[in-house]
Amino acid sequence: MTGISKNGGLGRRQFLATTGAAALGLGVTGFPAVLRAQAAPVKIGLIHPVSGFIAFSGTQCREGALMAIADINAAGGIKSMGGAMVEAVLADSQGKPEIGAAEVTKMVDAGVAGIVAGYSSAISLATSQEAAKSNTPHVVDVGVADNIVNRGLKNTFRFSPGYGACAASAVDGLNAINQASASPAKTAMIIHEESVFGTGTANLLAERLPLIGIEVQDVIKHANPTRDFTNIVLQIKSNKPDLIIPANYYNEYVLLARTMRQQRIEAKGIYSVLGGAASNYKFVNEFPEAADLIMDCNHWFNPKSEVALQRKAAAEAKGLVYTYEVFLAYNAVLGLVDAIERAGSTDKEAVNDALANSTLDMSFMPYNETMMVDGQNTGAAPVITQVQKGDIAVISPADFASAEPVFPISG
Amino acid sequence: MPDLAIVLPSVLNGLTTGALYALVALGLTLIYGVLHIINFAHGALLMLALYAVFFLNVSFGVDPYLALFIVPPLMFALGYGLQRLVITKASHGRDENILLVTLGLSIIIENLALMVFKSDTRIIDTPYSFEVFEIFGTFLPQPKVYAFIGAIVTAAAFWLVISKTDLGRAIRALAKEPKGARLVGINVNHVFAMSYGLGIACLGVAACLLLPSYYVSPHVGQGFVLVAFTIVVLGGMGSFVGALIGGLIIGVVEALGGLFLGESLGQIGIFLIFIVVLIFRPTGLLGHKV
Repeated sequence: MTGISKNGGLGRRQFLATTGAAALGLGVTGFPAVLRAQAAPVKIGLIHPVSGFIAFSGTQCREGALMAIADINAAGGIKSMGGAMVEAVLADSQGKPEIGAAEVTKMVDAGVAGIVAGYSSAISLATSQEAAKSNTPHVVDVGVADNIVNRGLKNTFRFSPGYGACAASAVDGLNAINQASASPAKTAMIIHEESVFGTGTANLLAERLPLIGIEVQDVIKHANPTRDFTNIVLQIKSNKPDLIIPANYYNEYVLLARTMRQQRIEAKGIYSVLGGAASNYKFVNEFPEAADLIMDCNHWFNPKSEVALQRKAAAEAKGLVYTYEVFLAYNAVLGLVDAIERAGSTDKEAVNDALANSTLDMSFMPYNETMMVDGQNTGAAPVITQVQKGDIAVISPADFASAEPVFPISG
Repeated sequence: MPDLAIVLPSVLNGLTTGALYALVALGLTLIYGVLHIINFAHGALLMLALYAVFFLNVSFGVDPYLALFIVPPLMFALGYGLQRLVITKASHGRDENILLVTLGLSIIIENLALMVFKSDTRIIDTPYSFEVFEIFGTFLPQPKVYAFIGAIVTAAAFWLVISKTDLGRAIRALAKEPKGARLVGINVNHVFAMSYGLGIACLGVAACLLLPSYYVSPHVGQGFVLVAFTIVVLGGMGSFVGALIGGLIIGVVEALGGLFLGESLGQIGIFLIFIVVLIFRPTGLLGHKV
């Protein structure tokens, strides 16, 4: 076959081959750099509950993730892929795991290179499971359940700590604060929301608190949403625990804190574990009196890192409250894009390998060096914060602390 | 087993919470009693009223209780307009269409709220937010006590309007015999719209009394609507006194259920009541229509 057509011109295939090769050649050598930089964008799926009962947190996650994408693109995109821009594909899980899973299917069909999801543990469990079917890289931003990463899924990664690590840090930190106190706490009540996060955290705490000499008087589970906390607070009042330990989402936390104040609850301390509001500037600003001296073992940034403070300022300049959802989702996107960068492609296997071997510099967080074991960053750790004088201060660990703990607050 | 010393405080708290539920249910029962429709947009409109109270407070410093003079009339106007311009026109007089229209309205309103107000949870701080009355050794938050009184006054006002005014007579006539009412010269569309407007104005009252002790977000109404429907069925559809009593019963059952069965199971009592009433007294406790 000569490639010459019957009428003496170039055949269709030959024309395509010739012009294609010419275009490719020009692409490599002749086109201006700005055009060469326009590599196909890399799509990343962001699945968050931006409507429904946890919409506030979901929206915060989405904002954080979008901020990360904007920063990455502003810095030149994915350099190993010719400066490919990162493009967000957005989805709303509505706070429901099954909808989150359905969105994963759509995103995989849409050709995303990876997924960042899903704020709550229940949603993250469903989205990661669904993504595993196509081996699509999946980074969990906030979901804290330990079984998200220890189910053996090769596509699922988390850069932030799970509730096992948080509960352990919470108990160790509490023990240190308690031992240093002139009037240590001996009893506690745990108030938690009913889903995987609250129940799992409460179970771990109920198991470990007696080991440091704190008797757990009662563990009370509540629904989402709960319209009224008076009953629960009456039970707290009746038991008179030294410590009240809430583990719940923002709305319920606020109502609980308000009701405790209305009912004149006096305890040596309120010590939240992953409390939805206790490390939240919105709560602190709106209710400085109700928030005062509440402690929280939670996700937080490194208050001594310039990068972290710059990101906080950037988020606040956009009108965002800089909650942990914002920076954890930011970090999740950063981790995923870093893996794509190192893989040099969107090949799923290669990106998953890169994630599994991630050594992402996370010095803007109060973490040790990034090291993935079964998808979990074992360097990740929470800190203990306390609301002091209308601000959120880190009180433990000492390396990151910006203030001394105030404990007990009464009695 | 909880400490029995907290049973009385729990019951008192249940009564105040139940009064708030009753306020939401009062409008629903009026709308059902006259229009014979289940208003699926009730929760979304409650949310709008809560936002109105919120923005009046944070933007203009209007106390939620002073907003009682602003928000209920606004909600009345909104309800009147919705009934005349949207629900009547879109439903073409068919009950099943009305259900779909109110459901559609609720979806549109909630999503618009999500777009405009964002998903933020918003709370107001008033000088009395943390103040309490001490009754029998129980701390009752002042906003809840005011809501309790407000629910009784609103139920009484509704009863007076329905039983003693020309509008009330027209509403009752329309509820019992729409064709006859039309024949004797009652402006049916106007009375329907007045009824819907009054029902929605009641949400304005509920919002003013609720916000000092609660929060507002685009989906906040959903948490109240199911309970309000239960109260309407329990009290008797179209009965204001029934809605008030039903609300108080549901509040106490919820409180005691939470105390004895655990907080996450506490609401079982509400739905048990719902089923029992449907089986043994389908017309409700005071079951006669307006």
